[in-house]
Amino acid sequence: MSVFSSLILVLVFAALAYAGGLAGSSRWFMGVILPYTAILVFLGGLSYRVLRWAKSPVPFHIPTTCGQQKSLPWLKWSWLENPQSKGGVLLRMALEVLLFRSLFRNSRAQFLDGPRLRYGEEKFLWLSALAFHWSLLIILIRHLRFFVSPVPRFVMGLEAVDGFFQVSAPQLLVTDVVILAALLFLLQRRLRNPQVRYISLFTDYFALFLLLGIAFSGVLMRYFFRVDLERVKEVALGLVTFSPTVPAGVGPLFFVHLTLVSLLLIYFPFSKLVHMGGIFLSPTRNLANDSRVKRHVNPWDYPVKVHTYAEWEEEFHDKIKAAGLPLERE
Amino acid sequence: MSEALPKHEELVQIRYDVPRNGWRSAHVDFRKGTYSYSAAPKNVQYLGMANPRHWRPTDKDWKLPPDWKQIILRGMKERLEKFRSFRLFMDICVRCGACADKCHFYLGSADPKNMPVLRAELVRSVYRRYFTASGRLFRGLAGGRELTEDVLKEWFYYFYQCTECRRCSVFCPFGIDTAEVTMIVRELLNLVGVNTNWVLEPAANCFRTGNHLGVQPHGFKDSIDFAVDELEELTGIRVEAPINKKGAEILFVVPSADYFATPHYYTLLGYLALFHEIGLDYTFSAYASEGGNFGLFNSHELMKRLNNKIYAEAKRLGVKWILGGECGHMWRVLHQYMDTMNGPADFLEEPVSPVTGTRFENARSTKMVHICELTADLIHNGKLKLDPSHNDHWRVTFHDSCNPARGMGLLEEPRYILRNVVNHFFEMPENTIREQTFCCGSGAGLGTDENIEMRLRGGLPRANAVKYVRDKHGVNLLTCICAIDKATLPTLLEYWTPGVEVGGVHELVANALVMKGEKDRTTDLRGEPFPAKEAAVHA
Repeated sequence: MSVFSSLILVLVFAALAYAGGLAGSSRWFMGVILPYTAILVFLGGLSYRVLRWAKSPVPFHIPTTCGQQKSLPWLKWSWLENPQSKGGVLLRMALEVLLFRSLFRNSRAQFLDGPRLRYGEEKFLWLSALAFHWSLLIILIRHLRFFVSPVPRFVMGLEAVDGFFQVSAPQLLVTDVVILAALLFLLQRRLRNPQVRYISLFTDYFALFLLLGIAFSGVLMRYFFRVDLERVKEVALGLVTFSPTVPAGVGPLFFVHLTLVSLLLIYFPFSKLVHMGGIFLSPTRNLANDSRVKRHVNPWDYPVKVHTYAEWEEEFHDKIKAAGLPLERE
Repeated sequence: MSEALPKHEELVQIRYDVPRNGWRSAHVDFRKGTYSYSAAPKNVQYLGMANPRHWRPTDKDWKLPPDWKQIILRGMKERLEKFRSFRLFMDICVRCGACADKCHFYLGSADPKNMPVLRAELVRSVYRRYFTASGRLFRGLAGGRELTEDVLKEWFYYFYQCTECRRCSVFCPFGIDTAEVTMIVRELLNLVGVNTNWVLEPAANCFRTGNHLGVQPHGFKDSIDFAVDELEELTGIRVEAPINKKGAEILFVVPSADYFATPHYYTLLGYLALFHEIGLDYTFSAYASEGGNFGLFNSHELMKRLNNKIYAEAKRLGVKWILGGECGHMWRVLHQYMDTMNGPADFLEEPVSPVTGTRFENARSTKMVHICELTADLIHNGKLKLDPSHNDHWRVTFHDSCNPARGMGLLEEPRYILRNVVNHFFEMPENTIREQTFCCGSGAGLGTDENIEMRLRGGLPRANAVKYVRDKHGVNLLTCICAIDKATLPTLLEYWTPGVEVGGVHELVANALVMKGEKDRTTDLRGEPFPAKEAAVHA
């Protein structure tokens, strides 16, 4: 149900953008107003979310330790999986953010007769997640060619590497294939794995379809229905130099792409996609395991009612005495 | 065991299928054996907590306060502002499902609401509905859910089917820790008087007498004295076991089960023998007679209230530092919470081993050392005379307790000790030990008889790994450093993998320990004949 409704919603957005682009009537809206709104909402919304997390206190020191602690000097310490210093935490976080270290641990449990539980390798989730995120990053950097004139050397270099297969004209870019494949894999996993399907919400599918729509419209524009890249660049440069212009003849497919991107940016701060910023603040990962070395202070700590020794001794006075244990007050 | 055990065949009908019609419906069937009884009003009252009354989870009317919904929502708001973990974990889950088959309760019950992701969604859906713009606007479409009494009952059921073991947080790409969510939801439930007796009775006992079992000072002294007598019978040596002794160098704190339950008791004998042998100047306390902390399973506030005694007593007795015995969740509190909650311990000194001179720099602020750290250092420095053949009747494996493993990283110390005191040591499969260790299924206040079916289910993955080493290597003893493990794993293993007993690391240390002036020992601490001696007799 939520699969189809989210798919239909994305298709409707795409169709409206296509129709608008074709008619030319709402080009100003789709080419200028919507992108500016999207950027504002994205930057404002994401900063709000991140600042809100950052401002909320971390009362207790709760890292999840995934290796041997640093204790006795002759015991081999797992400095990366159980860091005790800032440097170690930085590396642990870098592995987490850049290579999805925790997801790499993923395994799959099977229940066999016996009863017997068997744990197998399960690396595809990690691989496809990594492939998707890295492709997306490279594609974003490649898009700088539209926003900066002249095109920076590193962007050209990146594109050259991306196109190393040298097949087809225009040159086939590996990341275009990879991102589509990874997104399709993640989608089919969400649909075919019964547990994952069970937990999936409308919003999970919506994000996937939106990303697929963006990638797909981009690929169509590049390889099948060529758009006038000079005009596209005019639009993009106009946006970043605050002198927006929407020349005629950019092609409706471009508006589909741009509109879906804008929608993604608007949706971003209100959705789970904020995990991009959240990962950096996760207290089970970004704290060193040094809670016995350094005192962690709880900013909202308050006094609580305790049962003092004096109260305890008073209540059990005779029994303590009879047992021959020392007393503070005879 | 007061409850009849469920049949094997019924429990292993495990198919990881999911129901056809979603999870939004919050109806819970409180089936006997899968939940814990509600807290008795006297315990709620004694601790000064909300809404003491008689009620049962199976009742239709839970006698909640009329404004329960506002109380819960206010409580949520407050905690969203006080805990970054809570807000963040409500926001950033992408529902990738990597955690799903990492939870022992899901593996053993196949109930999809036991997948960590869905367990958290039970509260996340309410968070979205009331605390996010998209949820307030789009309700169900944005994954929001109304807070109803059924939802509250569902929370009670499923957040008391989480042992706060943190295994899911190892695998989560964002480190989302269900233990954190569970702790907070239990706090919320507490605000309207929804809690379990198995957590609150020990907590009330501990608040009053100093320990979970409600052992009063004279009873405490009796059990320690009894252990001293028993050790004398076994070794011919009469050890000192001081209680409330001012001016001792070290305050020694253990979980109360160590002096009142079996097989914990053998570990207590082990401590006593070891301390005598190294001439440790220490004292027990009848006031701080509990290292464990059932407050952890109820609320941060109760955790702090119960933990307070340890530093207070260390200060009163004027010790230099504190040593802690074998206990899992106790060490989560000591390692990650105590200094923050009840520190700074500036009246204590940085711990130094009086025998080897080793400074425990990793405990220089908290000033509390794990007994495995102390013993590993003793062995490494050759301070103990050990004869591992005394343990030759045991083929041993080691179960990492969740909290020392994932909340501390105490993995190698106990292994180093075991390798020095036993000749036959075998590891369980890699996916089931160290940071990936499986919970006993009875932690976080779930280890009660009325909850036996869920305990057996939750313990299945652990028991399964034990079965593997039993069948492959003939393992007949599972060692662990946790009082809840020692209390609940015997039942579990007897059910799933008969023939494997449960013991503590320091029990085996004392078996192997050759004590100065000991009589010709013929048995281990359990009174079982030493294998070598037995062979000699047969010859």
